[in-house]
Amino acid sequence: MALDRDAVTHIAKLARVALSDEEIELFRTQLSEIIGHFDVLSAIDTEGVEPTAQILPLQNVFAPDVPRPSLPPEEVLDLAPLTDDGYLRVRAVLE
Amino acid sequence: MPDLDALTIHESAALLRRREVSSRELAQAALDRIAAVDGRVRAFLTLTADQALAQAAAADRRLAQDEAGELLGVPVAIKDVLVTKGVRTTCGSKMLEGFVAPYEATVVRRLFDAGAVMVGKTNMDEFAMGSSTENSAYFTTRNPWDLSRVPGGSSGGSAAAVAAGEATYALGSDTGGSIRQPAALCGVVGMKPTYGRVSRYGLVAFASSLDQVGPFTRDVRDTATVLNAICGHDPCDATSAPGETPDFTAQLEAGVRGLRVGVPKEYMPADLHPGVRACVEDAIAALEAQGAAVDRDVALPSTKAALAVYYIIAPSEASANLARYDGVKYGFSYQQGEGMWDNMEKTRGLGFGPEVKRRIMIGTYALSSGYYDAYYLKAQKVRTIIRREFDAAFEKYDVLVAPVTPTPAFRIGEKTGDPYEMYLNDVFTLPVNIAGLPGISVPCGFVADGPSGDELPVGLQIIGKPFDEATVLRAARAYEATASWAARRPPL
Repeated sequence: MALDRDAVTHIAKLARVALSDEEIELFRTQLSEIIGHFDVLSAIDTEGVEPTAQILPLQNVFAPDVPRPSLPPEEVLDLAPLTDDGYLRVRAVLE
Repeated sequence: MPDLDALTIHESAALLRRREVSSRELAQAALDRIAAVDGRVRAFLTLTADQALAQAAAADRRLAQDEAGELLGVPVAIKDVLVTKGVRTTCGSKMLEGFVAPYEATVVRRLFDAGAVMVGKTNMDEFAMGSSTENSAYFTTRNPWDLSRVPGGSSGGSAAAVAAGEATYALGSDTGGSIRQPAALCGVVGMKPTYGRVSRYGLVAFASSLDQVGPFTRDVRDTATVLNAICGHDPCDATSAPGETPDFTAQLEAGVRGLRVGVPKEYMPADLHPGVRACVEDAIAALEAQGAAVDRDVALPSTKAALAVYYIIAPSEASANLARYDGVKYGFSYQQGEGMWDNMEKTRGLGFGPEVKRRIMIGTYALSSGYYDAYYLKAQKVRTIIRREFDAAFEKYDVLVAPVTPTPAFRIGEKTGDPYEMYLNDVFTLPVNIAGLPGISVPCGFVADGPSGDELPVGLQIIGKPFDEATVLRAARAYEATASWAARRPPL
Protein backbone atom coordinates (compact mmCIF):
# COMPACT_ATOMS: atom_id res chain seq x y z
CA MET A 1 0.00 0.00 0.00
CA ALA A 2 1.19 3.50 -0.80
CA LEU A 3 1.68 6.00 2.01
CA ASP A 4 0.93 9.67 1.47
CA ARG A 5 2.85 12.57 3.02
CA ASP A 6 0.29 12.97 5.81
CA ALA A 7 0.75 9.32 6.82
CA VAL A 8 4.55 9.71 6.92
CA THR A 9 4.25 12.90 8.96
CA HIS A 10 1.86 11.16 11.34
CA ILE A 11 4.23 8.19 11.86
CA ALA A 12 7.15 10.58 12.40
CA LYS A 13 5.12 12.40 15.03
CA LEU A 14 4.32 9.12 16.82
CA ALA A 15 8.02 8.19 16.70
CA ARG A 16 9.11 11.70 17.82
CA VAL A 17 11.52 12.06 14.91
CA ALA A 18 11.85 15.40 13.13
CA LEU A 19 12.09 14.87 9.37
CA SER A 20 13.08 17.30 6.63
CA ASP A 21 10.82 17.73 3.58
CA GLU A 22 13.29 15.66 1.55
CA GLU A 23 13.21 12.87 4.14
CA ILE A 24 9.41 12.84 4.17
CA GLU A 25 9.37 12.38 0.42
CA LEU A 26 12.15 9.75 0.46
CA PHE A 27 10.54 7.76 3.24
CA ARG A 28 7.12 8.02 1.60
CA THR A 29 8.49 6.15 -1.42
CA GLN A 30 10.77 3.75 0.44
CA LEU A 31 8.35 2.81 3.23
CA SER A 32 5.57 2.28 0.70
CA GLU A 33 7.77 -0.21 -1.16
CA ILE A 34 8.94 -2.01 1.99
CA ILE A 35 5.44 -2.23 3.46
CA GLY A 36 4.19 -3.49 0.08
CA HIS A 37 6.42 -6.54 0.52
CA PHE A 38 4.59 -7.36 3.77
CA ASP A 39 1.56 -8.42 1.71
CA VAL A 40 3.12 -11.88 1.40
CA LEU A 41 1.91 -12.51 4.96
CA SER A 42 -1.77 -12.11 4.12
CA ALA A 43 -1.59 -15.27 1.98
CA ILE A 44 -0.54 -17.38 4.99
CA ASP A 45 -3.30 -19.03 6.99
CA THR A 46 -2.74 -18.23 10.66
CA GLU A 47 -6.19 -19.30 11.86
CA GLY A 48 -5.80 -20.68 15.40
CA VAL A 49 -2.01 -20.05 15.47
CA GLU A 50 -0.67 -18.47 18.66
CA PRO A 51 1.77 -15.57 18.24
CA THR A 52 5.43 -16.02 19.25
CA ALA A 53 6.91 -13.05 21.12
CA GLN A 54 10.20 -14.78 21.91
CA ILE A 55 11.44 -18.34 21.62
CA LEU A 56 12.52 -19.28 25.13
CA PRO A 57 10.10 -21.20 27.36
CA LEU A 58 10.75 -18.63 30.09
CA GLN A 59 7.97 -16.64 31.70
CA ASN A 60 7.89 -14.33 34.69
CA VAL A 61 11.59 -14.44 35.53
CA PHE A 62 12.02 -13.14 39.05
CA ALA A 63 15.14 -12.00 40.84
CA PRO A 64 15.53 -12.51 44.57
CA ASP A 65 14.33 -9.42 46.42
CA VAL A 66 17.72 -8.57 47.86
CA PRO A 67 19.08 -5.02 47.88
CA ARG A 68 22.31 -4.52 45.95
CA PRO A 69 24.24 -1.44 44.91
CA SER A 70 23.05 0.40 41.83
CA LEU A 71 25.33 2.27 39.46
CA PRO A 72 26.67 5.35 41.26
CA PRO A 73 24.02 8.07 40.64
CA GLU A 74 26.64 10.77 40.07
CA GLU A 75 28.30 8.73 37.30
CA VAL A 76 24.95 8.19 35.61
CA LEU A 77 23.92 11.84 35.94
CA ASP A 78 27.28 12.85 34.48
CA LEU A 79 26.08 11.40 31.17
CA ALA A 80 23.09 13.75 30.97
CA PRO A 81 23.22 17.11 29.16
CA LEU A 82 21.25 18.95 31.88
CA THR A 83 20.89 18.05 35.54
CA ASP A 84 19.63 19.89 38.56
CA ASP A 85 20.33 18.85 42.14
CA GLY A 86 20.51 15.13 41.38
CA TYR A 87 17.70 15.14 38.82
CA LEU A 88 17.60 15.11 35.02
CA ARG A 89 16.39 18.46 33.78
CA VAL A 90 14.17 19.05 30.72
CA ARG A 91 12.36 22.09 29.36
CA ALA A 92 8.81 22.53 30.63
CA VAL A 93 6.53 19.75 29.35
CA LEU A 94 3.43 21.96 29.59
CA GLU A 95 3.89 25.55 28.53
CA MET B 1 58.33 -18.07 14.74
CA PRO B 2 55.03 -17.95 12.80
CA ASP B 3 53.32 -14.69 11.87
CA LEU B 4 51.86 -13.59 15.20
CA ASP B 5 49.01 -11.79 13.49
CA ALA B 6 47.85 -14.97 11.72
CA LEU B 7 47.64 -17.23 14.78
CA THR B 8 44.49 -18.87 16.07
CA ILE B 9 43.58 -18.63 19.74
CA HIS B 10 44.72 -22.19 20.40
CA GLU B 11 48.03 -21.64 18.59
CA SER B 12 48.58 -18.43 20.58
CA ALA B 13 47.74 -20.18 23.85
CA ALA B 14 50.22 -22.98 23.09
CA LEU B 15 53.02 -20.47 22.37
CA LEU B 16 52.18 -18.52 25.53
CA ARG B 17 52.19 -21.69 27.64
CA ARG B 18 55.59 -22.68 26.29
CA ARG B 19 56.86 -19.11 26.92
CA GLU B 20 57.79 -18.85 23.25
CA VAL B 21 55.88 -15.62 23.03
CA SER B 22 54.52 -13.13 25.56
CA SER B 23 51.10 -11.56 25.64
CA ARG B 24 52.83 -8.22 25.21
CA GLU B 25 54.37 -9.44 21.95
CA LEU B 26 51.00 -10.67 20.72
CA ALA B 27 49.35 -7.37 21.61
CA GLN B 28 52.14 -5.41 19.94
CA ALA B 29 51.89 -7.59 16.83
CA ALA B 30 48.15 -6.86 16.62
CA LEU B 31 48.72 -3.11 17.14
CA ASP B 32 51.50 -3.12 14.53
CA ARG B 33 49.24 -4.91 12.08
CA ILE B 34 46.49 -2.37 12.76
CA ALA B 35 48.96 0.45 12.13
CA ALA B 36 50.02 -1.19 8.86
CA VAL B 37 46.64 -2.05 7.35
CA ASP B 38 43.78 -0.29 9.14
CA GLY B 39 44.22 2.91 7.17
CA ARG B 40 42.93 0.82 4.25
CA VAL B 41 40.60 -1.65 6.00
CA ARG B 42 39.11 0.82 8.52
CA ALA B 43 37.81 -1.88 10.87
CA PHE B 44 38.19 0.13 14.10
CA LEU B 45 36.20 3.04 15.45
CA THR B 46 38.31 3.28 18.60
CA LEU B 47 41.77 1.89 19.33
CA THR B 48 42.67 1.01 22.91
CA ALA B 49 46.42 0.51 22.59
CA ASP B 50 47.32 1.68 26.11
CA GLN B 51 44.67 -0.50 27.71
CA ALA B 52 45.74 -3.43 25.51
CA LEU B 53 49.36 -3.17 26.62
CA ALA B 54 48.28 -2.90 30.27
CA GLN B 55 46.00 -5.93 29.92
CA ALA B 56 48.83 -7.81 28.17
CA ALA B 57 51.22 -7.00 31.02
CA ALA B 58 48.63 -8.27 33.51
CA ALA B 59 48.18 -11.42 31.42
CA ASP B 60 51.93 -11.99 31.32
CA ARG B 61 52.00 -11.81 35.13
CA ARG B 62 49.20 -14.39 35.33
CA LEU B 63 51.01 -16.62 32.82
CA ALA B 64 54.20 -16.31 34.85
CA GLN B 65 52.28 -17.82 37.77
CA ASP B 66 51.43 -20.79 35.55
CA GLU B 67 47.81 -19.79 35.21
CA ALA B 68 46.25 -21.62 32.28
CA GLY B 69 43.43 -20.42 30.06
CA GLU B 70 42.93 -20.45 26.33
CA LEU B 71 42.01 -16.76 26.15
CA LEU B 72 44.61 -15.54 28.65
CA GLY B 73 46.78 -12.94 26.92
CA VAL B 74 45.19 -13.21 23.47
CA PRO B 75 44.15 -10.05 21.54
CA VAL B 76 40.45 -9.46 20.85
CA ALA B 77 38.41 -6.79 19.06
CA ILE B 78 34.96 -5.85 20.38
CA LYS B 79 32.07 -4.66 18.24
CA ASP B 80 31.11 -1.14 19.31
CA VAL B 81 27.60 -2.35 20.19
CA LEU B 82 28.91 -3.80 23.49
CA VAL B 83 29.45 -1.30 26.28
CA THR B 84 32.93 -1.03 27.76
CA LYS B 85 33.58 0.75 31.00
CA GLY B 86 35.77 3.80 30.46
CA VAL B 87 36.05 3.26 26.68
CA ARG B 88 33.54 5.02 24.43
CA THR B 89 30.72 3.00 22.87
CA THR B 90 29.25 4.70 19.80
CA CYS B 91 27.16 1.89 18.31
CA GLY B 92 28.18 3.39 14.97
CA SER B 93 25.90 6.36 15.67
CA LYS B 94 26.32 10.09 16.12
CA MET B 95 23.68 9.66 18.83
CA LEU B 96 26.33 8.05 21.07
CA GLU B 97 29.43 9.81 19.72
CA GLY B 98 30.93 10.65 23.11
CA PHE B 99 29.13 8.03 25.21
CA VAL B 100 31.29 6.29 27.83
CA ALA B 101 29.32 3.64 29.70
CA PRO B 102 29.64 3.41 33.49
CA TYR B 103 29.57 -0.39 33.34
CA GLU B 104 30.91 -3.34 31.35
CA ALA B 105 28.81 -5.67 29.19
CA THR B 106 28.69 -9.14 30.77
CA VAL B 107 30.38 -10.78 27.76
CA VAL B 108 33.20 -8.24 27.83
CA ARG B 109 33.66 -8.70 31.58
CA ARG B 110 33.78 -12.48 31.08
CA LEU B 111 36.50 -12.11 28.44
CA PHE B 112 38.47 -9.69 30.60
CA ASP B 113 38.19 -12.06 33.58
CA ALA B 114 39.61 -14.78 31.30
CA GLY B 115 42.56 -12.51 30.49
CA ALA B 116 41.55 -11.14 27.09
CA VAL B 117 43.49 -8.17 25.68
CA MET B 118 41.17 -5.68 23.94
CA VAL B 119 42.86 -3.83 21.07
CA GLY B 120 39.83 -1.74 20.09
CA LYS B 121 36.16 -1.31 19.27
CA THR B 122 35.05 -2.17 15.76
CA ASN B 123 32.96 -0.36 13.19
CA MET B 124 29.40 -1.38 12.47
CA ASP B 125 26.20 -0.27 10.82
CA GLU B 126 24.47 2.28 13.05
CA PHE B 127 22.66 0.49 15.89
CA ALA B 128 23.48 -2.80 14.09
CA MET B 129 21.00 -2.01 11.30
CA GLY B 130 22.57 -2.93 7.99
CA SER B 131 24.49 -5.50 5.99
CA SER B 132 27.58 -3.61 4.84
CA THR B 133 28.81 -1.06 7.49
CA GLU B 134 27.73 1.61 4.99
CA ASN B 135 25.17 2.74 7.59
CA SER B 136 27.94 3.57 10.08
CA ALA B 137 27.75 7.26 10.94
CA TYR B 138 31.57 7.36 10.78
CA PHE B 139 32.95 5.49 7.75
CA THR B 140 32.62 2.28 5.74
CA THR B 141 34.87 -0.66 6.55
CA ARG B 142 36.51 -2.33 3.54
CA ASN B 143 36.57 -6.03 2.74
CA PRO B 144 40.19 -7.17 3.23
CA TRP B 145 39.91 -9.47 0.19
CA ASP B 146 38.91 -6.61 -2.13
CA LEU B 147 39.02 -3.09 -0.72
CA SER B 148 36.39 -1.88 -3.20
CA ARG B 149 33.83 -4.20 -1.59
CA VAL B 150 31.89 -4.24 1.66
CA PRO B 151 32.85 -6.54 4.55
CA GLY B 152 29.19 -7.28 5.25
CA GLY B 153 27.39 -6.10 8.32
CA SER B 154 26.35 -5.10 10.69
CA SER B 155 29.44 -6.54 12.47
CA GLY B 156 31.63 -5.76 9.46
CA GLY B 157 34.45 -4.20 11.49
CA SER B 158 34.82 -7.30 13.66
CA ALA B 159 34.83 -9.64 10.64
CA ALA B 160 37.32 -7.50 8.73
CA ALA B 161 39.60 -7.15 11.78
CA VAL B 162 39.90 -10.92 12.18
CA ALA B 163 40.31 -11.50 8.43
CA ALA B 164 42.99 -8.78 8.19
CA GLY B 165 45.02 -10.07 11.14
CA GLU B 166 44.24 -7.08 13.35
CA ALA B 167 42.91 -9.24 16.20
CA THR B 168 43.01 -12.96 16.88
CA TYR B 169 39.24 -13.03 17.40
CA ALA B 170 36.36 -10.64 17.85
CA LEU B 171 32.88 -10.35 19.27
CA GLY B 172 29.87 -9.28 17.24
CA SER B 173 26.11 -9.34 17.52
CA ASP B 174 23.60 -11.03 15.24
CA THR B 175 19.95 -9.94 14.96
CA GLY B 176 19.26 -11.13 11.40
CA GLY B 177 22.66 -12.33 10.22
CA SER B 178 25.00 -9.63 11.48
CA ILE B 179 27.69 -12.14 12.52
CA ARG B 180 27.23 -14.89 9.94
CA GLN B 181 26.91 -12.64 6.87
CA PRO B 182 30.11 -10.60 7.43
CA ALA B 183 31.95 -13.78 8.50
CA ALA B 184 30.99 -15.32 5.15
CA LEU B 185 31.96 -12.24 3.14
CA CYS B 186 35.32 -11.89 4.94
CA GLY B 187 36.25 -15.60 5.01
CA VAL B 188 36.29 -16.18 8.78
CA VAL B 189 34.22 -18.34 11.13
CA GLY B 190 31.29 -16.57 12.79
CA MET B 191 28.60 -17.99 15.05
CA LYS B 192 25.27 -16.86 16.43
CA PRO B 193 24.46 -19.02 19.45
CA THR B 194 20.93 -20.03 20.48
CA TYR B 195 18.84 -17.09 21.70
CA GLY B 196 19.33 -17.00 25.47
CA ARG B 197 22.72 -18.76 25.43
CA VAL B 198 24.73 -15.56 25.83
CA SER B 199 23.90 -12.63 28.10
CA ARG B 200 22.67 -9.48 26.37
CA TYR B 201 23.45 -7.29 29.40
CA GLY B 202 25.46 -4.38 28.03
CA LEU B 203 24.57 -5.16 24.42
CA VAL B 204 22.98 -1.98 23.06
CA ALA B 205 19.47 -3.20 22.26
CA PHE B 206 18.20 -3.39 18.67
CA ALA B 207 15.53 -6.13 18.55
CA SER B 208 15.47 -7.81 21.92
CA SER B 209 13.76 -11.08 20.91
CA LEU B 210 16.32 -11.62 18.12
CA ASP B 211 19.66 -10.13 19.28
CA GLN B 212 22.45 -12.48 20.31
CA VAL B 213 26.20 -12.01 20.87
CA GLY B 214 28.74 -14.34 19.26
CA PRO B 215 32.35 -14.73 18.11
CA PHE B 216 34.41 -14.26 14.95
CA THR B 217 37.43 -16.56 14.82
CA ARG B 218 39.95 -18.07 12.39
CA ASP B 219 38.82 -21.64 12.96
CA VAL B 220 36.01 -23.68 14.49
CA ARG B 221 37.95 -24.74 17.58
CA ASP B 222 38.42 -21.09 18.49
CA THR B 223 34.69 -20.48 18.17
CA ALA B 224 34.05 -23.29 20.66
CA THR B 225 36.68 -21.82 22.99
CA VAL B 226 35.14 -18.34 22.93
CA LEU B 227 31.64 -19.78 23.45
CA ASN B 228 32.93 -21.61 26.52
CA ALA B 229 33.94 -18.22 27.92
CA ILE B 230 30.91 -16.10 27.03
CA CYS B 231 27.96 -18.49 27.42
CA GLY B 232 26.04 -19.08 30.62
CA HIS B 233 23.26 -17.69 32.73
CA ASP B 234 23.44 -14.04 33.79
CA PRO B 235 21.02 -12.71 36.39
CA CYS B 236 21.35 -9.28 34.75
CA ASP B 237 19.58 -10.58 31.60
CA ALA B 238 16.11 -12.01 32.26
CA THR B 239 16.16 -13.74 28.86
CA SER B 240 19.44 -15.51 29.56
CA ALA B 241 18.76 -19.24 29.72
CA PRO B 242 19.29 -21.02 33.03
CA GLY B 243 21.16 -24.31 33.11
CA GLU B 244 24.65 -25.61 32.60
CA THR B 245 26.84 -24.72 29.64
CA PRO B 246 28.55 -27.74 28.08
CA ASP B 247 32.23 -27.77 27.08
CA PHE B 248 31.81 -26.88 23.40
CA THR B 249 35.26 -28.26 22.53
CA ALA B 250 34.50 -31.76 23.86
CA GLN B 251 32.79 -33.23 20.75
CA LEU B 252 34.59 -31.14 18.13
CA GLU B 253 36.56 -33.95 16.54
CA ALA B 254 33.84 -36.61 16.73
CA GLY B 255 33.13 -36.41 13.00
CA VAL B 256 29.87 -36.60 11.07
CA ARG B 257 29.51 -40.33 10.38
CA GLY B 258 25.78 -41.02 10.51
CA LEU B 259 24.91 -37.36 11.15
CA ARG B 260 21.60 -36.51 9.50
CA VAL B 261 22.09 -33.41 7.34
CA GLY B 262 19.19 -31.65 5.64
CA VAL B 263 19.48 -29.12 2.81
CA PRO B 264 16.39 -26.88 2.63
CA LYS B 265 15.61 -26.35 -1.05
CA GLU B 266 14.27 -22.85 -0.37
CA TYR B 267 17.87 -21.89 0.51
CA MET B 268 19.18 -23.04 -2.89
CA PRO B 269 16.96 -20.97 -5.22
CA ALA B 270 17.44 -20.82 -8.98
CA ASP B 271 18.88 -17.29 -8.79
CA LEU B 272 21.56 -18.17 -6.23
CA HIS B 273 24.99 -16.91 -7.35
CA PRO B 274 26.46 -19.85 -9.32
CA GLY B 275 29.82 -19.58 -7.56
CA VAL B 276 28.19 -19.62 -4.16
CA ARG B 277 26.08 -22.61 -5.18
CA ALA B 278 29.15 -24.53 -6.39
CA CYS B 279 31.07 -23.89 -3.14
CA VAL B 280 28.13 -24.88 -0.94
CA GLU B 281 27.43 -28.02 -2.99
CA ASP B 282 31.10 -29.01 -2.76
CA ALA B 283 30.96 -28.54 1.01
CA ILE B 284 27.81 -30.67 1.28
CA ALA B 285 29.53 -33.37 -0.80
CA ALA B 286 32.52 -33.19 1.55
CA LEU B 287 30.25 -33.79 4.55
CA GLU B 288 28.67 -36.72 2.69
CA ALA B 289 32.10 -38.15 1.92
CA GLN B 290 32.83 -38.02 5.66
CA GLY B 291 29.81 -40.26 6.30
CA ALA B 292 26.98 -37.77 6.85
CA ALA B 293 23.53 -38.84 5.64
CA VAL B 294 22.51 -35.94 3.40
CA ASP B 295 18.94 -35.24 2.27
CA ARG B 296 18.87 -32.50 -0.40
CA ASP B 297 15.08 -32.26 -0.56
CA VAL B 298 14.03 -30.64 2.72
CA ALA B 299 11.08 -28.23 2.57
CA LEU B 300 10.71 -25.14 4.77
CA PRO B 301 7.88 -23.55 2.78
CA SER B 302 7.36 -20.49 4.99
CA THR B 303 10.92 -19.33 4.29
CA LYS B 304 9.43 -17.00 1.66
CA ALA B 305 7.58 -15.11 4.42
CA ALA B 306 10.58 -14.82 6.76
CA LEU B 307 11.89 -11.55 5.31
CA ALA B 308 8.52 -9.85 5.88
CA VAL B 309 8.22 -11.32 9.38
CA TYR B 310 11.70 -10.06 10.22
CA TYR B 311 11.17 -6.59 8.76
CA ILE B 312 8.05 -6.18 10.88
CA ILE B 313 9.26 -7.69 14.16
CA ALA B 314 12.80 -6.26 14.21
CA PRO B 315 11.79 -2.65 13.41
CA SER B 316 8.85 -2.88 15.84
CA GLU B 317 11.15 -3.90 18.66
CA ALA B 318 13.71 -1.31 17.52
CA SER B 319 11.14 1.48 17.56
CA ALA B 320 10.45 0.67 21.21
CA ASN B 321 14.10 0.11 22.19
CA LEU B 322 15.36 3.28 20.52
CA ALA B 323 12.74 5.41 22.28
CA ARG B 324 15.36 5.75 25.02
CA TYR B 325 17.42 8.14 22.85
CA ASP B 326 15.59 11.28 23.86
CA GLY B 327 18.47 13.69 24.48
CA VAL B 328 17.61 13.78 28.17
CA LYS B 329 19.55 10.96 29.84
CA TYR B 330 22.69 10.55 27.72
CA GLY B 331 23.95 10.86 24.19
CA PHE B 332 23.45 13.60 21.61
CA SER B 333 21.07 16.31 22.77
CA TYR B 334 19.61 19.16 20.73
CA GLN B 335 18.96 22.07 23.08
CA GLN B 336 18.04 25.01 20.85
CA GLY B 337 14.44 24.01 20.11
CA GLU B 338 11.15 25.58 21.08
CA GLY B 339 10.44 23.27 23.99
CA MET B 340 10.90 19.76 25.32
CA TRP B 341 9.12 17.94 22.49
CA ASP B 342 10.79 20.01 19.79
CA ASN B 343 14.18 19.33 21.38
CA MET B 344 13.42 15.61 21.55
CA GLU B 345 12.23 15.38 17.96
CA LYS B 346 15.24 17.31 16.67
CA THR B 347 17.61 15.26 18.85
CA ARG B 348 16.29 12.12 17.17
CA GLY B 349 15.99 13.68 13.72
CA LEU B 350 19.61 14.88 13.78
CA GLY B 351 21.16 12.12 15.90
CA PHE B 352 19.90 9.09 13.93
CA GLY B 353 21.01 8.25 10.40
CA PRO B 354 18.62 7.40 7.55
CA GLU B 355 18.42 3.61 8.01
CA VAL B 356 17.73 3.90 11.74
CA LYS B 357 15.01 6.46 11.10
CA ARG B 358 13.59 4.24 8.36
CA ARG B 359 13.34 1.27 10.73
CA ILE B 360 11.90 3.31 13.58
CA MET B 361 9.26 4.54 11.14
CA ILE B 362 8.46 1.01 9.87
CA GLY B 363 8.19 -0.28 13.42
CA THR B 364 6.09 2.62 14.63
CA TYR B 365 3.77 2.09 11.68
CA ALA B 366 3.47 -1.69 12.27
CA LEU B 367 2.63 -1.12 15.93
CA SER B 368 0.27 1.80 15.38
CA SER B 369 -3.47 1.71 15.95
CA GLY B 370 -5.28 0.09 13.03
CA TYR B 371 -2.20 -1.77 11.72
CA TYR B 372 -1.09 -3.77 14.77
CA ASP B 373 -3.23 -6.85 13.97
CA ALA B 374 -2.50 -6.83 10.25
CA TYR B 375 1.26 -6.44 10.61
CA TYR B 376 2.77 -7.04 14.06
CA LEU B 377 0.39 -9.70 15.37
CA LYS B 378 0.27 -11.41 11.97
CA ALA B 379 4.08 -11.47 11.84
CA GLN B 380 4.24 -13.02 15.32
CA LYS B 381 1.82 -15.76 14.21
CA VAL B 382 3.84 -16.49 11.09
CA ARG B 383 6.88 -16.56 13.38
CA THR B 384 5.21 -19.49 15.15
CA ILE B 385 4.71 -21.27 11.81
CA ILE B 386 8.36 -20.72 10.82
CA ARG B 387 9.47 -22.15 14.18
CA ARG B 388 7.24 -25.18 13.77
CA GLU B 389 8.70 -25.90 10.34
CA PHE B 390 12.20 -25.87 11.82
CA ASP B 391 11.02 -28.03 14.74
CA ALA B 392 9.57 -30.57 12.28
CA ALA B 393 12.78 -30.56 10.22
CA PHE B 394 14.86 -31.19 13.33
CA GLU B 395 12.78 -34.31 14.05
CA LYS B 396 14.45 -35.77 10.95
CA TYR B 397 17.80 -33.98 10.75
CA ASP B 398 20.54 -33.14 13.23
CA VAL B 399 21.64 -30.05 11.32
CA LEU B 400 20.52 -28.06 8.29
CA VAL B 401 23.07 -26.67 5.84
CA ALA B 402 22.67 -23.78 3.43
CA PRO B 403 24.51 -20.82 1.95
CA VAL B 404 24.99 -17.84 4.29
CA THR B 405 24.46 -15.20 1.60
CA PRO B 406 22.97 -15.17 -1.91
CA THR B 407 26.14 -13.59 -3.37
CA PRO B 408 29.77 -12.93 -2.40
CA ALA B 409 30.73 -9.46 -1.14
CA PHE B 410 29.18 -6.68 -3.19
CA ARG B 411 30.74 -3.37 -4.12
CA ILE B 412 30.61 -0.36 -1.84
CA GLY B 413 27.70 1.82 -2.95
CA GLU B 414 26.11 -0.95 -5.01
CA LYS B 415 23.02 -1.34 -2.82
CA THR B 416 22.80 1.85 -0.78
CA GLY B 417 20.11 3.39 -3.02
CA ASP B 418 17.58 0.60 -2.43
CA PRO B 419 16.93 -0.44 1.19
CA TYR B 420 14.90 -3.50 0.18
CA GLU B 421 17.69 -4.77 -2.07
CA MET B 422 20.05 -4.47 0.93
CA TYR B 423 17.58 -6.38 3.14
CA LEU B 424 17.68 -9.34 0.70
CA ASN B 425 21.28 -10.05 1.80
CA ASP B 426 19.93 -11.56 4.99
CA VAL B 427 17.32 -13.82 3.43
CA PHE B 428 19.19 -17.03 4.43
CA THR B 429 20.25 -15.87 7.89
CA LEU B 430 17.28 -14.08 9.43
CA PRO B 431 14.98 -17.17 9.63
CA VAL B 432 17.50 -18.56 12.13
CA ASN B 433 17.01 -15.52 14.39
CA ILE B 434 13.23 -15.70 13.99
CA ALA B 435 13.38 -19.29 15.31
CA GLY B 436 16.12 -18.49 17.87
CA LEU B 437 18.40 -21.27 16.58
CA PRO B 438 22.20 -21.54 16.65
CA GLY B 439 23.90 -20.98 13.29
CA ILE B 440 27.49 -20.83 12.13
CA SER B 441 29.21 -19.53 9.01
CA VAL B 442 32.32 -21.46 8.09
CA PRO B 443 34.49 -20.61 5.04
CA CYS B 444 33.75 -23.01 2.14
CA GLY B 445 35.68 -21.63 -0.78
CA PHE B 446 36.41 -18.67 -3.00
CA VAL B 447 34.75 -17.40 -6.15
CA ALA B 448 35.48 -14.67 -8.66
CA ASP B 449 32.51 -12.34 -9.04
CA GLY B 450 32.78 -11.56 -12.73
CA PRO B 451 35.44 -12.58 -15.24
CA SER B 452 38.29 -10.40 -13.96
CA GLY B 453 37.27 -10.10 -10.31
CA ASP B 454 39.36 -10.89 -7.27
CA GLU B 455 38.70 -14.14 -5.45
CA LEU B 456 36.09 -13.59 -2.73
CA PRO B 457 35.23 -15.88 0.18
CA VAL B 458 32.01 -17.89 0.46
CA GLY B 459 30.41 -19.15 3.68
CA LEU B 460 28.63 -22.40 4.51
CA GLN B 461 25.84 -22.03 7.05
CA ILE B 462 25.14 -24.85 9.49
CA ILE B 463 21.99 -24.50 11.58
CA GLY B 464 21.21 -26.58 14.66
CA LYS B 465 18.53 -27.36 17.20
CA PRO B 466 18.07 -24.92 20.08
CA PHE B 467 20.97 -25.28 22.55
CA ASP B 468 22.70 -27.85 20.35
CA GLU B 469 25.68 -25.69 19.38
CA ALA B 470 27.88 -28.74 20.05
CA THR B 471 26.52 -30.60 17.00
CA VAL B 472 26.75 -27.49 14.81
CA LEU B 473 30.39 -27.05 15.83
CA ARG B 474 31.15 -30.75 15.27
CA ALA B 475 29.74 -30.60 11.73
CA ALA B 476 31.57 -27.33 11.03
CA ARG B 477 34.84 -28.79 12.30
CA ALA B 478 34.38 -31.97 10.22
CA TYR B 479 33.94 -29.85 7.10
CA GLU B 480 36.80 -27.51 8.01
CA ALA B 481 39.14 -30.50 8.46
CA THR B 482 38.60 -31.44 4.79
CA ALA B 483 39.28 -27.93 3.50
CA SER B 484 42.31 -25.67 3.35
CA TRP B 485 40.70 -22.25 3.13
CA ALA B 486 42.04 -21.08 6.49
CA ALA B 487 45.58 -21.05 5.11
CA ARG B 488 44.70 -18.26 2.68
CA ARG B 489 45.25 -14.68 3.76
CA PRO B 490 43.86 -11.56 2.14
CA PRO B 491 46.25 -9.71 -0.21
CA LEU B 492 46.77 -6.62 1.94
